[in-house]
Amino acid sequence: MKEEKVHINHPVLLTEKHDSISGLALFAQLVTELSSSTKTNDKLQSLVDYFATAPDADKVWVIAIFSGRRPRRAVNSRLMREWCAEITNYPSWLFDECYHSVGDLAETLALLLPETKEQDQINKSLSYYLETFISIEKQDEAIRKKFIVDSWNQMNRDERFVFNKLITGSFRIGVSQKTIVNALAKIVDLSSSVIAHRISGNWDPSTTSFNDLLSESASITDFSKPYPFYLAYALEEEPQNLGDPKGWQAEWKWDGIRGQLIKRNNELFVWSRGEELMTDKFPEYFILKDLLPDGVVIDGEIIPAVNGKPLPFSVLQTRIGRKNIGKKQLQEAPIAFFAYDLLEFHQQDFREKSLTVRRNKLEEIVQPLKNNAIQISQIINFNTWDELKEIRKGAREMNSEGIMLKRKDSNYKVGRKRGDWWKWKIDPLTIDCVMVYAQKGSGRRSNLYTDYTFAVKDGDNLVTFTKAYSGLTDKEFAQIDNFVKRNSLEKFGPVRTVKPELVFEIAFEGIAASNRHKSGVALRFPRMSRWRKDKSVDEINTLDDLKQMLNTYGK
Amino acid sequence: MSNLISFTDKGLYCVQGNFYIDPWKPVDKAIITHGHADHAYLGHRNYLCHPYTKTILQLRLGDNNYQTLEWNEIINLNGVKVSLHPAGHIIGSSQVRLEYNHEVWVVSGDYKVEDDGISGQFEPLKCTTFITESTFGLPIFKWKPQEEIYSNIINWISKNKENGKTSVLLAYSLGKAQRVLQAIKETTQTIFAHGAVFNLQSMLIDDGWNLTPVERITPETPAELLKGTVVVAPPGADGTPWMKKFNPYSVGVCSGWMQVRGNARRRNVDAGFVLSDHADWNGLIQTVKETGAERIFVTHGFQSAFSRYCNEQNIAIAAEVKTQYGNEDEEAVQENVKQESGI
Repeated sequence: MKEEKVHINHPVLLTEKHDSISGLALFAQLVTELSSSTKTNDKLQSLVDYFATAPDADKVWVIAIFSGRRPRRAVNSRLMREWCAEITNYPSWLFDECYHSVGDLAETLALLLPETKEQDQINKSLSYYLETFISIEKQDEAIRKKFIVDSWNQMNRDERFVFNKLITGSFRIGVSQKTIVNALAKIVDLSSSVIAHRISGNWDPSTTSFNDLLSESASITDFSKPYPFYLAYALEEEPQNLGDPKGWQAEWKWDGIRGQLIKRNNELFVWSRGEELMTDKFPEYFILKDLLPDGVVIDGEIIPAVNGKPLPFSVLQTRIGRKNIGKKQLQEAPIAFFAYDLLEFHQQDFREKSLTVRRNKLEEIVQPLKNNAIQISQIINFNTWDELKEIRKGAREMNSEGIMLKRKDSNYKVGRKRGDWWKWKIDPLTIDCVMVYAQKGSGRRSNLYTDYTFAVKDGDNLVTFTKAYSGLTDKEFAQIDNFVKRNSLEKFGPVRTVKPELVFEIAFEGIAASNRHKSGVALRFPRMSRWRKDKSVDEINTLDDLKQMLNTYGK
Repeated sequence: MSNLISFTDKGLYCVQGNFYIDPWKPVDKAIITHGHADHAYLGHRNYLCHPYTKTILQLRLGDNNYQTLEWNEIINLNGVKVSLHPAGHIIGSSQVRLEYNHEVWVVSGDYKVEDDGISGQFEPLKCTTFITESTFGLPIFKWKPQEEIYSNIINWISKNKENGKTSVLLAYSLGKAQRVLQAIKETTQTIFAHGAVFNLQSMLIDDGWNLTPVERITPETPAELLKGTVVVAPPGADGTPWMKKFNPYSVGVCSGWMQVRGNARRRNVDAGFVLSDHADWNGLIQTVKETGAERIFVTHGFQSAFSRYCNEQNIAIAAEVKTQYGNEDEEAVQENVKQESGI
């Protein structure tokens, strides 16, 4: 009898569409593959496959997008929400509920819009969409709306997701510049370091062809182009393992913005490590255009300092976000450049030379300038590792994060590499506190309570002082998520107040006074270093403890 | 309006009939909608359920005082006419209909509207009060027809085979596993399974169900035998050392939660198949409308959003109810433990 009960409709085997897809659909597939894979090799393969089949114009845009060169928003997200609401008829509170559950606006829109029938789907190239974004940016809202809504109606859900993502934000899919470069190195006949250099700097994907960017014969005409930065790994073992201390150069590790100072063709350029051209933000450096010789590239730290003494990072933060730098900022947060490496001299790439050679030349250039805008990042003299360890203890007083160790005979590499450069940081400051609010995360943490607010004790009260999102394992996050769902007291939009019960140790790199937080302090790089299951709420730190830390380290 | 069912700390309670529905604490009389762990607890003195559910409870909870009731058969409990009706969620899953003094209450348990060919076709029942689940009660959850999902799974399996990889499909051992196994039975000669899946599948086959037979993976199963094949395992097996044997493999998860990219990324799966045994948003809304209920109570899931929407759109007078249902993760853990002890 039960045999009759089982009547599965057998699936029709669809033919693989895989080979025939192109344009935005191909890009959507790339994004899906990149985000569902955790292995660098798989990501690399996906990129290679993409670069091997996509049209040149689309390739240029993919390089641009994954290196942070997204065009400006053609529409803001509020309008996109409104248009979606018009189409779907869902009330805005329901949209919010969905958004908090999905954790990504582009995806929420893609999921809520009605499915497009297969016969109504039209596939266009990635470059078509991006170039249209640019061309409609200044047009009337009605024109922009028509373009967005018409496009939605021609797309399936995955295409809509990437389309919305191109408008609203960045793709956080864990593709490093290095992976892009390595993938390109497999399809063009150039070395990785040349590719890395070519795709950096100041180029416009809508006017640059793939050939301009990556042909073997193309010559550099962009004088602003920075070199890819060499980045250090954290030293996790004892420095004794690095061998003879005589082979190593030690410097303070500065807490500013890593930057490149370029003077070429009698122009000055300042790049941040995030490949942002920041020349205009630091008028203090303008004078260097006259002082530096032509054809030099200097690697160093953009850092607030008075008379050569660095100030805390929080001072720099007061002017980073500003469009215009006024007198007030120049006075209260004066910026200097702490130079520590020389990448180009006399228009010549210096990166293959040894650190000692580069350093000597750098000192020759910088020392005689005697200007507050630039100074040499001093070398720390030491004879034994134990001696250096003692010196490192004074880092916090220097407003430094620890010590940089660089092998004297090493060349200047591309990206994060092990072996020749190490950052040897001091231990972070820590404080024990209790979780009081929780909110769902985004991306791979969507629909999971992973973003927490913490409080310390102030008499009988709890005072919030920081948020933290990272530092725990997936398993711990799952356990806390479960706790939040069962112990929430109130709901304010996406935020839940939680029974103050779970105690955490928060680690952070610095502390500064702040009037934005109830507690009066702001922490630098707070993260959960331990879940203190052994501690109860009675045993957490107090607001007085925090103020004590502010007095000791926050000046 | 009188309340035929009240919400107590032990579960849904019918005062007039003196019985509970899916209680989470030990009671005298319990009607069980289906065999999932968050609905069928151990420790009640008397169980009433559909015969198919009894088979499952027997395996999961051991010998107890079970009484069975066929679908549409009516039993009178102290004046309350009680009957069971297919809920379409898993094998044996039933809605519970109560009629007393011209009032009809229906408890949905877990349900899905699409007919999966195994669990019976869900039928909306006319009632005055409907108690509905809301696991996927947000409009971001809209399912595609199952045939389409099955094709995707089969394409994925053949692609893995081409690349010399084993396809590991994660699906709840009770419900999803039976469904998926029917859909993929022709992809390889032998389909392998985790102990938890194997036990349920073989028990159901022994009980007369025409389901896809599977081979159990034991420590003795040689790794070469598994190359390029399909393995079906409960979600709890993911990331355990048990999986090592299948290397190189690709992991696919069959779950409604795979609708959201972040969920798939968090679980590090290679492929997410949006296949659910619960009603999607449209299924929930349509069902509430079809029952004609003036009043609904919304249990486990997105109950606050779903009930607010029903109220605002005048679909029904809706209220949220707190229950202990819907912790699928706990179920997954239990399944894993059971596998170790060989159940």
